[in-house]
Amino acid sequence: MLHEHSLTALRDMLRRREISSTELTRHCLDRIAQHKNLNAFVTVDESGAMSAAAAADEQLARGEADLLTGVPIAHKDIFCTRGILTTCGSKMLENFVSPYDATVVERFHQAGSVTVGKTNMDEFAMGSSNETSFFGSVRNPWDPNRVPGGSSGGSAAAVAACLVAGATGTDTGGSIRQPAAFCGLTGLKPSYGRVSRYGMIAFASSLDQGGPITRNAEDAALMLQCMAGFDPRDSTSINAPTPDMTTLLGTEVRGLRLGLPKEFFDTSVDGEVLEKVRESLAVLERLGATLVDVSLPNSAAGIPCYYVIAPAEASSNLSRFDGVRFGHRSEHAEELVDLYENSRAEGFGEEVKRRILIGTYALSAGYYDAYYLKAQKIRRVIAQDFETAFEQCDVIVGPTSPTTAFPLGAKTQDPVAMYLNDIFTNTVNLAGLPGLSVPCGFDTAGLPVGLQLIGKFMDEASLLSTAHQLQQETDWHQRMPEGC
Amino acid sequence: MSISEKDVLRVAHLARIRVSSDELGDYQEGLSGILSLVEQMHDCDTDGVEPMAHPQDIQLRLREDQVTEPDQRDAMQESAPQVDEGLYLVPRVIE
Repeated sequence: MLHEHSLTALRDMLRRREISSTELTRHCLDRIAQHKNLNAFVTVDESGAMSAAAAADEQLARGEADLLTGVPIAHKDIFCTRGILTTCGSKMLENFVSPYDATVVERFHQAGSVTVGKTNMDEFAMGSSNETSFFGSVRNPWDPNRVPGGSSGGSAAAVAACLVAGATGTDTGGSIRQPAAFCGLTGLKPSYGRVSRYGMIAFASSLDQGGPITRNAEDAALMLQCMAGFDPRDSTSINAPTPDMTTLLGTEVRGLRLGLPKEFFDTSVDGEVLEKVRESLAVLERLGATLVDVSLPNSAAGIPCYYVIAPAEASSNLSRFDGVRFGHRSEHAEELVDLYENSRAEGFGEEVKRRILIGTYALSAGYYDAYYLKAQKIRRVIAQDFETAFEQCDVIVGPTSPTTAFPLGAKTQDPVAMYLNDIFTNTVNLAGLPGLSVPCGFDTAGLPVGLQLIGKFMDEASLLSTAHQLQQETDWHQRMPEGC
Repeated sequence: MSISEKDVLRVAHLARIRVSSDELGDYQEGLSGILSLVEQMHDCDTDGVEPMAHPQDIQLRLREDQVTEPDQRDAMQESAPQVDEGLYLVPRVIE
């Protein structure tokens, strides 16, 4: 079936004119409608997608194919799109239509891809289960009673159910890698600064980074190729050339040193998860990689550090939602201060408000040194731990998440239990490094397990080629959920 | 570590978020739980460590002081709840 092909295969079939973009896009839209129960999409842009597909077909007929001409993809609803809704999973932006496109959206558009819609997500990307969305929870295609992970849960569910072959996500503390792990996908958080954040609604600006969620590493490389590169409109964008990721995929793992931090392989991790991770490492070892024991001694401080820095930055970023310039405006306001307080109380969900309050507390007079400054110092300690570990290895490996996908509702009453999901992912954001999750097996309940690869700054190529080589030897990434 | 009702209200006002009296207990509990987690930071020795504001200590670029974006006021104000003659409208301010 058409939808079972990878993004790269579909792109090539379109180029060879074996299929048309109109036919493929129609097929994706039909599948999205058939899988509405997953709640993976907030907005489906049928007319926009069909006219983009028709334009792509004309272009292909002229023999003028760009990188992704005619390939349907979806964007996480955090990326601004001109002309269609951008909600960020929030009541605050329930009716918001951006006047401009995010740079990432613009680049996919220039590369010829067809945007079928916007995917569901945790509200303002704050969550690890996609249960904080104003538009309802997303279901995991592998087991509809379980979460898809978050915050890019809609993108992950859409790709896992083969509604689209690739989708964009964003990752502030694990929001691409953890849902990719929970849904059996390949998800890449690039190095901080690799992908433009212009038009990507800000959560924590020193941590946020956009990246691809796909079924295999080859597709992730292709999408990254499209997304990456300098953007003068993002002051944190790094002005460095993007290597040709797709040709680097062929790099052998022979001689590659894989570092296993002892802190990532302890008893806090589910036994089956560790077993599958170790099995995939044995495959890489057989291909000629060497396994090295390393240590990230301060990784336990990562979660508390992250839950100061991310909420502090969020409290500042989200101050723009004031009921005046855009977004929800309360109808109950006699005075200006009521307008602010009521618009924000009505427009934000509980988890977003909790994080804004914690962030405000950490930044408030008398607490700044004890919380925010302390967290920034820990951030350097964590970044230095990675630097030290990378003296002995080229790529750091371990589980993406301590468990497989958990049941819906299991952690909604306990924010701290939810936060602990990010224990292996959020230090990577604190240090600004690239991280990738790749499927490495299934537990006895039939749920996917993710292997995380962490690279040196700007070395996405090693992560993608290692994942690609693993995928030449294993077929975990080719499995599909039943009924999809 | 627990946070007092008074502190929740102080922070809620600073953040300009209305917290009603029946929500107060929930926020107090939620925020106290997070602060207990955050307290674990103090187990990490950071004596003599410089704070890191940005990954990789990246310095923000400066650009020439030139107009690079066109005037898009009308387009930008299309998403505003209430505008009049190019101005944003708010309720009256009483100080």
